[in-house]
Amino acid sequence: MVNIEINGIPIKAEDGAMVIEAADAAGVTIPRFCYHKKLSIAANCRMCLVEVEKVGKPLPACATPVTDGMKVFTRSPKAISAQKGVMEFLLINHPLDCPICDQGGECDLQEIAVGFGSGVSTYTEGKRVVPDKDLGPLISTDMTRCIHCTRCVRFGQEVAGIMELGATGRGEHMRIGTYVAKTVDSELSGNVIDLCPVGALTSKPFRFTARPWELTKFNSVSPHDCVGSNLHLDVLNNKVMRALPRENEAVNETWIADRDRYSYLGLDHEERLTSPMIKQDGQWHEVDWDTALTHAATKLRDIGQKDGGGQIGAVGSYTSTTEEHYLLQRVMRGMASDNVDHRLRQQDFRGQDSTALYPNLGQSIVDLENLDAALLIGSNIQKDQPLIGNRLRKAAIKGGKLMFVNPKDYSFRMPVANQLVAEPTNMIAALAGIAKALLDITGEKPPEGLTDLAPTVSDAQQAIAKQLHESGKASVLIGNQVAYHPAQTELCSLAALIARLSGACFGSLAEGGNSAGAWLAGAVPHRGAAGETITSAGMDWKAQLDAKLKAYVLMGVEPERDSLSGADSISSLQAADTVIAMTAYVTDCMRDYADVLLPIALFPETSGTYVNIEGRWQSFTGCVKPMGDARPAWKILRVMGNLLNIDGFDYMSSEEVRDELKAACEGKPVSNDFPWTRPDVSAGKGATMSDLEAFPIYAVDPMVRRSTALQQTADGVATAKAN
Amino acid sequence: MANDVCFRTLDQDKPWTLDTYLSAGGYDEWKKVLKGEFTPEQIIAELKTSALRGRGGAGFPTGLKWSFMPRNVPGQKYIVCNSDEGEPGTCKDRDILRFNPHQLIEGMAIAGFTIGATQGYNYIRGEFWEPYKRFQAAIEDARAAGLLGKNIMGSGIDFDIEVHLGGGAYVCGEETALIESIEGKKGQPRFKPPFPASYGLYGRPTTINNTETLSSVPMILKNGGQWFLELGKPNNGGTKIFSVSGHVNKPGNFEIPMGTPFSELLEMAGGMLEGRKLKAVIPGGSSTPVLTADVAMGMNMDYDSISKAGSMLGAGSVIIMDETTCMVKTLARLSHFYYEESCGQCTPCREGTGWLSRMVHRIEHGQGNQEDLDKLLDVAGKIEGHTICALGDAAALPVKSFLKNFSDEFRYHIDHKKCMVAN
Repeated sequence: MVNIEINGIPIKAEDGAMVIEAADAAGVTIPRFCYHKKLSIAANCRMCLVEVEKVGKPLPACATPVTDGMKVFTRSPKAISAQKGVMEFLLINHPLDCPICDQGGECDLQEIAVGFGSGVSTYTEGKRVVPDKDLGPLISTDMTRCIHCTRCVRFGQEVAGIMELGATGRGEHMRIGTYVAKTVDSELSGNVIDLCPVGALTSKPFRFTARPWELTKFNSVSPHDCVGSNLHLDVLNNKVMRALPRENEAVNETWIADRDRYSYLGLDHEERLTSPMIKQDGQWHEVDWDTALTHAATKLRDIGQKDGGGQIGAVGSYTSTTEEHYLLQRVMRGMASDNVDHRLRQQDFRGQDSTALYPNLGQSIVDLENLDAALLIGSNIQKDQPLIGNRLRKAAIKGGKLMFVNPKDYSFRMPVANQLVAEPTNMIAALAGIAKALLDITGEKPPEGLTDLAPTVSDAQQAIAKQLHESGKASVLIGNQVAYHPAQTELCSLAALIARLSGACFGSLAEGGNSAGAWLAGAVPHRGAAGETITSAGMDWKAQLDAKLKAYVLMGVEPERDSLSGADSISSLQAADTVIAMTAYVTDCMRDYADVLLPIALFPETSGTYVNIEGRWQSFTGCVKPMGDARPAWKILRVMGNLLNIDGFDYMSSEEVRDELKAACEGKPVSNDFPWTRPDVSAGKGATMSDLEAFPIYAVDPMVRRSTALQQTADGVATAKAN
Repeated sequence: MANDVCFRTLDQDKPWTLDTYLSAGGYDEWKKVLKGEFTPEQIIAELKTSALRGRGGAGFPTGLKWSFMPRNVPGQKYIVCNSDEGEPGTCKDRDILRFNPHQLIEGMAIAGFTIGATQGYNYIRGEFWEPYKRFQAAIEDARAAGLLGKNIMGSGIDFDIEVHLGGGAYVCGEETALIESIEGKKGQPRFKPPFPASYGLYGRPTTINNTETLSSVPMILKNGGQWFLELGKPNNGGTKIFSVSGHVNKPGNFEIPMGTPFSELLEMAGGMLEGRKLKAVIPGGSSTPVLTADVAMGMNMDYDSISKAGSMLGAGSVIIMDETTCMVKTLARLSHFYYEESCGQCTPCREGTGWLSRMVHRIEHGQGNQEDLDKLLDVAGKIEGHTICALGDAAALPVKSFLKNFSDEFRYHIDHKKCMVAN
C-alpha cells in the first residue's frame, strides 16, 4: 500500500494501482470514457486528465500509477481546464442528437457534458458524418456519434477473444468498423453495447422503443446456462424492453452472453399460450382456470386410481425454477409416482446413483480463472457456457493449459494446449488412454474393468496426463456432450478417475441452466428432494417414453425439440390417454398430442430461484405480469396439489416453497465425486455426432428458440440450416 | 570545418561502399569492441563526455538514454534505429543512408553491444526506396564480411540488423508508434510509462535512436568524446547536419559544428534566392516555432541558442522563407499536414488538428473573423500538453508562433479578405 493524497484527502492505495482506481476506491469521481475496469488501459480519450504535484502537464489518471507521497488534484484549475478542453473536442464532431438517440438518458458523454461542457458551441466548421455499419441483428450503429474510445475494439481483443471490430483510418478519418463488411458474431457481442459510452453502438431490437428514464429495473437471473448470469430486466408498461447485465464479480462479472441479453424477445412471441385450454372430442376449447385445473386433476386422479401412479410421468424444463421442480415432484410423489425427471437431453441413466447431490463445478466460478490446467471433456465451452469460457480463457491467457477431449475439432478463441479429437464412439477409449497414462505415472493398479477397454496411450494422451499431473491447480470438467452421450456413465467414471489420479478437481458443467436446482428439488426419479433416498426409483424421462405411459405432465418443455428422443416422444405422447402441458408456448405439434394446455409464466414473469453450477441459490422476483391468463407454474402446481388432496400444499409464496427445500438441503454433503464403476465395453457404440450437437447455442430452450434476433445471428442461421 | 562525422566519406568516389568505408578506418571501433577493448561502461562514459544529444528532434542526451537500459537483465533486448525522417524540412537521414550506410551499421552494432541487444531494427521511411535498397545492400555486405551475424569474428558476440520499411505515416517517427509499426500493428503511439527502455519492441527493453545519432557513435569512439564535444560547444557537442530548404540558392544538407551562426549557414546555402529579403525561419522542422528574420539572424545553430531565440533545434531542418511568403498560407499548409497525419487515437489531437486546419484555411480564404485568432490560440492551448505523444504539441506550436510573430498578416487576411504579400 502507498499513501497518496487526492484533493488534499489522504488515501491508501494498492501498489501499482492507477490514480483512477485509487480515486474510484475513495469515491472521488474522475470523468472518463475510454477507461473501463475490465479492459486494458488505452489512455486515449484524455478525459481523466488530472493535475499531479510537481508534474508540468496534466496526466491521465487511468494510466498514471500511484507513487508514495503523490498529490493528485482532480478539481484544480489546471485539471478542470484540461477536462473541459477535452470535453469540447469530444463534442465538436458529435451530432448532439440526444433527443433521437437511444443512449440519451444513460449516456456517459451526455452526463459528463453536463459537468464539463459549455452551454454554447463555438465550433462553426462542418461536422463529421460517418456512414453506419451493419453489424448483424443484435447491434445497431450510429457511427457519427462515436468518440473513438476503442472500448468495443479492446473488448473483442481482450474478452471475446476475436477482433471483430477495429479502428481503421487515421486522424479525423478514424472509423470503428469491421474493415471488410461483416457482422459481429461472437456470443458475447452484445456487451459492446453496454461498453459504448455514447450512442454509437446500441441494441438493435431495443432501438427506438423506450427511453431509459421510463424504464423500471428489476433484478433477475438468466436461466439459459448453468452460470446463472445476473440480469437487470428493464420494464415499461408491463413489458420487458431489454435485458442488461447486473454486475456480480463472482458470477458474470460485468458481462452477459447474447443468449441472456436477447432471450426476452421470446416473451411476446406469437406462439405464446394465453389462456387455459382443454381438448374435447378432438376440438380445443378455451376454458377458465378452475375448469382446466379441475379437468386436469380429475384426469390424473382417475388414471392414478385405475392404473396406479406409476402410469403417470412428468418432466420439467432445464429453465424451470427450483420451486417449480420441487412442487412438480411433490405432486407426482403425492400421486405415488416417482416418474419425474428433467433430463430431457440425456440417454444414459445408469450412472445416476453415482452422481453427486447435484451436478456441480467442484469449485467456484472465479476459481476457474486461476487454473494451471484444465481438461474439458465433450465441450464446445465458448458456445455452451460462454461466460465459463471467458473464465477459462483468462486462465489460458495467464498460462493455464486448456485441454480438450472432444468429438470434433472445435475452434476456440483462446490458447488451447491440446485438443484430442475422438469420434463420438471413441471418446471412452480416448479417456481410457489418458487414465492409463496416469496409472503408469502413479504406479497404481488399474481399477476393475479398465483393462477391458484395452487402453493404448498416444503422445497426446500422454501429454494431457502429464500436464494434469504436474499442474498445481488442475480441473477435469464434464461438458454438455458427455451428458448427451449414450455412455455418460463410462465417460464420467473415467473422468473422475483421471481427476483423482492427477490430483485434479472433478466438476461438471451441467447441460441445463437450472440442472442443479432440479436435482436438489428432487426432479429426478431416483432421489427425493435434497437427495433423499427413495425405496425404488421411478422412470427416467427416456424410460417413461419407452414405457408409453397413460399420462404425462409436461412443464415448460417441448419434448419434440427439447429432448434427444424427439420423434419417439411424439409417438408416446400421442398414444397417452392424457397429456397435461404446462407451457408458455403452443405449437401445432403440441396441440396434437396434448389434452390440457395450461399457460405458464416465463422467468421474467414469475418469482423463483435458480441454482447455478457452483451451488449458488439466486432468487428473483417477477418483473412483469404473465402474458394473458398465464400463471406461474408454481401457483398452478400448488392448486393441483390441493385438488389432488396432497398434504402441505398451502404455500403462500414461492419463497415459502424455496425455504422449505433450502432447509431440507441444509448440511447435506454435496460431494463432486463419481465413484468408479466397471465400464461396459459395449457402451457408447451408438453415439452419434448429431446427438452430441443436437442443442446448439440458440436452440437450448423454448424461449431462446423464439428470440427472433438470436435466430438471425450467424449461429442461429447455421442451426436453422442444419435442421 | 565540415563533414567530420556522418558525412566524412562524402568526398570519395562511391562513398557508400564497404571498401570506401573500410579505407576510411570504418568498422575499426566495432572491431575494438569485438576484441574487448571497450566495456559498455566506457562507451557510455565517452558518449556522456561528448554531450551527444538525440538528433531526431527531442535532443535527449544519448549516453544517459543508453544508461537506462537494463543491459544485464536476461532476455532479448533491441536497438532500433529511427530512419523514419518524416518531419517536413528534414532530409539528413536519407543522405546518411544513401552515402554512409556502414557508419550507421557500425553505430547500431556498437549500440547493440552497449545495451546488451543482439538484434537491431532499422525503421526506414516508406518513401525512401533508394536509401532502403542501399542500406539493405550494405547490411548484406557487412554480413558477408563477417561484421554482422553470430559469434562475430570469434568474439562470442552476436549482432544482426533487420530493415523495416514504413508505410508512410508521419506519426511512425514517434518512437512507440514506430515500435507498434514494426510489430505489424497500426502505427499509434503508446502511452508512457512504461518507456521503451523497460517495455519496448515485442515487450522487451528497447533503445531507439535517430540515424544521425547512431552514425555519430563510431567517430566519438574513434576520436574520443572530448574531441566530439570540442567540435561544438559545451552541452551542444559535435557537429550537426542541417537540412536547409526554402528560398535559398543552394538548398541541401550541411554538416557543420554546433554553434555556427545562422548567417553562416545561410551563406553556405547560397544566400537568399534572387537576393530577396529574409522574412522568417523555421529552424528545426515544421513542428518548431517560426522565428522572424531579425531573431534568426542573431542566433547560432545549437540547442541552447535556438532555444533562447524562442524555438527549437529539433531535427535541424531549417526552412527559409523570404518576403514573398504568405505566412497565413504557410500555416494553413502546416496545419493541414498535422490534420492529415494525426493518428486519431487521442481526442485533443484527432479533433483539434482538424479544427485548427479548418480555421486557418478559412482565414486564408478571406472567411475569417477576429474571434478566430483567439480561438486558434485557445484550441492550440487545449491540444498542447494534453495528448499521448508530441504530435499534438507539434500541431499547436506553429499556430502559436505564427500568430505571435505574424499576427498582422492574419489580421490583414481577415480585414481585407486577401493576402498582404501576394499582390
